[in-house]
Amino acid sequence: MSAVPIPYFLMLAAALFATGAVGFLLRRNLLVILMSIELMLNSVNLTLVAFNRMHGGDQNGQILAFFVIAIAAAEAAVGLAIVLAFFRLRGSVRSDEANTLRN
Amino acid sequence: MKSLEIAFFVLSALMTLGGGIITVGSRRPIRSAMGLLVTIFGIAGCYLLLSAQFLAAVQIIVYAGAVVVLFIFVVMLLGSAATSPPDARSAVPRYVGASVFLASGIAAFVLVVRAAIDPSETLPVLGEGFGTIEGVGHEIFTTKLIPFELTGALLLVAVVGALAVARGKHPDPTGQLDPDPGAGKEPTS
Repeated sequence: MSAVPIPYFLMLAAALFATGAVGFLLRRNLLVILMSIELMLNSVNLTLVAFNRMHGGDQNGQILAFFVIAIAAAEAAVGLAIVLAFFRLRGSVRSDEANTLRN
Repeated sequence: MKSLEIAFFVLSALMTLGGGIITVGSRRPIRSAMGLLVTIFGIAGCYLLLSAQFLAAVQIIVYAGAVVVLFIFVVMLLGSAATSPPDARSAVPRYVGASVFLASGIAAFVLVVRAAIDPSETLPVLGEGFGTIEGVGHEIFTTKLIPFELTGALLLVAVVGALAVARGKHPDPTGQLDPDPGAGKEPTS
């Protein structure tokens, strides 16, 4: 079983995390920023599951990934609610419109 | 059998990375959401290869069934406002930060590569029910019961909080633009 070595999964997760982090910093659309956060959470989940496969003994990594999925769903719901409230306030979803505290 | 697994991994990895790049790079948020969907299916394929069948199912149900649908809902609700016009203001610090993260991502990649990929390395033999609903469910409902219940409480709080935040204080179902909501009102004493 599992002809694919575990480090390949770790490399994939590292690349996906870098993609998400770059998107989080580069993009200014709040929706895309939230999606980048989801990408990073997914890559961390992949790392957890890969290490769990390497360890083998128990399933703590998979259970932790399960909890991360639940928390990511909650985060997406609250984040999108905040985006909606922000849109109602400013009429746009650009993150650099959020400057009320600065002015 | 082995080459089939490798082909499946390559397909999953391409879906994951390609979807991620579409998510980050696309100008229109609806395409970003579709890229996120592709990434999620790729990750679910990786979970299957790592003998995490239960997590693969949860990944597709929760992410593709709930999170991406929620994103698409919001994109549709916002309409054309969801696509923000490009401008170059304050671009330099963002590019600097993004390249720092890209460099650290490449560094992590190189570190993993240098940490000796040994294809002949044998993985531990898995016990009965590893990653299946029986195995994971048994562990969740025995040793991890309290975190599981706390997760339920957290989801409830998140739902209530999302409702409270999204509904807002003033009823404004048309989404009329109100750039300075405090300006028109008389001060209440």
